[in-house]
Amino acid sequence: MKNTNYYGAGFPYREKQKLSGKLIVLEGSDGVGRSTQIRLLRRWLEDEGYAVSDTGLTRSGLTQPGLDAAKSGHTLGPQTMSLFYLADFADRLENQIIPALQAGFVVLSDRYFYSVIARDIIRGIDKTWARNLYGIALKPDLILYMKASVDSLVTRLIHGRGLNYWEAGMNLYLADNLYDSFVTYQGLLIKEFDELAREYNFVTVDADRTPNEIFETLKVPIVQLLYNRLTKAKKPS
Amino acid sequence: MLKPNTTKGKLIVVEGIDGSGKSTQIDLLYKWLQSQGYSVYFSEWNSSELVKSTTKAAKKQKLFTPTTFSILHCTDFADRWENSIYPLLKAGVIVLADRYAFTAFARDVARGVDPEWVRNMYSFAIMPDVALYFRVPLEIAVERITGSRAALKYYEAGMDLNLSENIQESFKLFQGKILNEYDKMVDEFGLTMIDGTLSVKEQQKKVRSLVKKMLGSWQGLPNPNQTNIMVQNPRAADKDKGGKK
Repeated sequence: MKNTNYYGAGFPYREKQKLSGKLIVLEGSDGVGRSTQIRLLRRWLEDEGYAVSDTGLTRSGLTQPGLDAAKSGHTLGPQTMSLFYLADFADRLENQIIPALQAGFVVLSDRYFYSVIARDIIRGIDKTWARNLYGIALKPDLILYMKASVDSLVTRLIHGRGLNYWEAGMNLYLADNLYDSFVTYQGLLIKEFDELAREYNFVTVDADRTPNEIFETLKVPIVQLLYNRLTKAKKPS
Repeated sequence: MLKPNTTKGKLIVVEGIDGSGKSTQIDLLYKWLQSQGYSVYFSEWNSSELVKSTTKAAKKQKLFTPTTFSILHCTDFADRWENSIYPLLKAGVIVLADRYAFTAFARDVARGVDPEWVRNMYSFAIMPDVALYFRVPLEIAVERITGSRAALKYYEAGMDLNLSENIQESFKLFQGKILNEYDKMVDEFGLTMIDGTLSVKEQQKKVRSLVKKMLGSWQGLPNPNQTNIMVQNPRAADKDKGGKK
């Protein structure tokens, strides 16, 4: 039974139920290629016979209207913003992730609360407050952190979807242009991630490589995790 | 857990279960303080425009779990805190709040969330200069509510907790749990208890005397034109645009 495995009190009113699935989190900077890896991992795990569910940040129906409205109007204060993300996280955890884990799924989460905390802290939010909010969070079985240098993020984004206002942290007034702001903001985020990586035991993967090389590296700890548990299952090749 | 008030302003809050008469009392207090020439601002629980669109839809569809219910009420509070309550306290205004963090500590814990967790969530807020707890026996509060209102609402009656299939009965059981949590907070936070069974006039006399004593010779932000305080940002503004109706 791993249902007591929350960072804090979790959800005391919920009946304790066995979570037979596995929660695997993929963390990393904006533009690091997380969604590509999630797609590759999902296909691979399904080929291996696992039921896979994927989920990401701010996909909850509960808070989407509020978050969209706020982003277009820029009127949210830093604490209000943190709490909106917390509501979204709690909703997905209780209504998607936990039920999927109870049903035995491998849940691939595109980010978890670590990204939110990293951004919160850069916006000036109290670290202890932010960490305690996420006392409701289930401890993942595996946290994979795709770490890339700011230079390779810039290259990827400029040749991809482009630099964007939010990913560059322009709302923080760090610089007068997207490029400088992006470099400063993502640099700060990476510093926070490094700290979180130590605190929450991330498995750090070098993401300054080709998608295929990254994919092969990500598979190693996943194989270990799933193979150790399901001795009956065939070891993925 | 709440921060000490280091602002120039004063914070006065009223608390109590539904039907305790607190809203009547804070309304009278608001008008009296204004007539005394103070700059006063009134803020009501669950009234931020930004969060309301979210809570409204979710309440209708019964999408809340105790945790998301708790977080969205704190989000509403944070929005009002960051856009009106805190800046106005800094400016030297008397802020009156109909329900405050204690409502969450009572209600959300009655719903089953962890008491420490919800207290941490509100720890950015300031401990009020006067925190009035209007206490009435459960029977009287229930009678006041069920007698004066057409229908009880789903969450208000705690129907999400499956205490009873009967909404009246569920309301009573839920309010009883909340009352219990309030009683525990009298010592924890030093809430000032007011007997809510006294007449409106007698209660108001006590309220004014307590507030007067707290204010002493304090002088806050001047109110030269005797006007209501408006919050400029329309999206973040409180429901009643700076004054009790």
